[in-house]
Amino acid sequence: MKLEMKDAPGQLVAALKPISEVGGNIIAVIHQRDPGSDDDTLSVQIVLELQKGRLGDLVTLLKKQGVHIQRIGEERLLYRRTVILIGHLMHTDLSDTVDRIDSTGFAEVSELSMSMPAINERSSSRLTIKSVTKDDMEMAISILRSVASEKGLLLIEPLEEIV
Amino acid sequence: MKVAIVGLGSVGRGVAEMIAKKSLGLTVTGIADSTSGIINAGGIDLHDVLDVKHKTGSCGDKKISANEVIKKADYDALVEVTPTNATTGEPGLSYIKMAIGRKKHVVTSNKGPIALAYRDLKKRAEKNGVVLRHEATVGGAIPIFHMIEHGLAGNEILAIFGVLNGTCNFILTRMSDEGLTYEQALLEARQMGYAEADPTYDVQGIDAAIKLVILANTIWGNGVTLNDVNRTGIDLLTPDALRLAEDEGSTIRLIAEAIPKKGLLRVSPRIIEKSHPLVVEGTLNAITLETDMAKEITLIGRGAGSIETASAIIGDLLFIRDRYVERA
Repeated sequence: MKLEMKDAPGQLVAALKPISEVGGNIIAVIHQRDPGSDDDTLSVQIVLELQKGRLGDLVTLLKKQGVHIQRIGEERLLYRRTVILIGHLMHTDLSDTVDRIDSTGFAEVSELSMSMPAINERSSSRLTIKSVTKDDMEMAISILRSVASEKGLLLIEPLEEIV
Repeated sequence: MKVAIVGLGSVGRGVAEMIAKKSLGLTVTGIADSTSGIINAGGIDLHDVLDVKHKTGSCGDKKISANEVIKKADYDALVEVTPTNATTGEPGLSYIKMAIGRKKHVVTSNKGPIALAYRDLKKRAEKNGVVLRHEATVGGAIPIFHMIEHGLAGNEILAIFGVLNGTCNFILTRMSDEGLTYEQALLEARQMGYAEADPTYDVQGIDAAIKLVILANTIWGNGVTLNDVNRTGIDLLTPDALRLAEDEGSTIRLIAEAIPKKGLLRVSPRIIEKSHPLVVEGTLNAITLETDMAKEITLIGRGAGSIETASAIIGDLLFIRDRYVERA
């Protein structure tokens, strides 16, 4: 989101404080003084991570602090993970497989590529899953694991290396 | 330092050849294969023995058994390089215990005994004031245990990720590079001598899982076994799956992974970016360690081969000589 505030000591802190109050996580603060303007306002862009539904609270709190919100950028599902499924994907109801993720409300299948070599042969597909938080992603992957084992599909996960 | 060698397969012959060829200050006083043995306190002529073994299939006197060599020969360290049995660990397990019982150091390439009984064997060795080293059991020539013990001393190892089976890596490389099916790539691996007639042990990830168990036990002493490893092989992979991974700049490799904090011990085919250091070609092995101080470190090298494995064994022998034998 892009914010506008008074160029005075303490203003930036005042604008950031509500973010932590609503449990948000600041990813980047871009603070650039426009050389052409000599007024006493400051424009700041903030990229942040927020639980679903808390944006309204944040807007209210910021307004209370006297911060003007110039623009709120697009809300994005931040986490993205690509997996591959191999097996009899159509016979085991691919749309149900996708729906098990989509119906969670916190993760969705955003891309699906598929190849079907011949009838009765195992097909392969690549699914990209998106979610808002990392925990949601873990949950979505674990749902997919149990769906794969229930339907006899081979699930290939990406190597995630953060310990 | 005096050495006895039990087992004269590809690895044992490689060790004997290198000791004969290089002046390492190692004297072999006992040798045994599965049918015969030699004991000579003055030092055995290894060129002769290798020649006889090559011509007759046996190395020495049929009346002298491996047991006898281990029990009677005069040596400081035993090189135990008999074939691996993943279920019982035998005969290697008994050989190692016998040598430790005689207060002899042991160097082995045998995965069975180490995967099954590392904690017990290590305890016995400590009690008897000797050491048991097994660099050659994981990653062939890659000096992973030396690096962890010495180069990374003081680091906490947080996670291990490894490409530990050359046969699988060869098959996956060929499927990815040439679009071969699993069956075609396996056939090619057989023709090249990389895969056994029964490839189950390799392609279902059992070999990689055993090596992961050895790594985990050596690093964390957590007593895990093969049954604790969540294991998926590569035999159901399709060329399409590799192509789908490729479309996104990735590929698929069989990755062995241990993260104690998450209770994770797993061998499975994984999507991995092509630029990742673990993506190695052909029969190569690679191991990435994640540590608290050094962060990520990756070693890449040859995971098999007679001389390559001998390199790991000789490294262990010379370490024992310098640290324990010649000092005393």
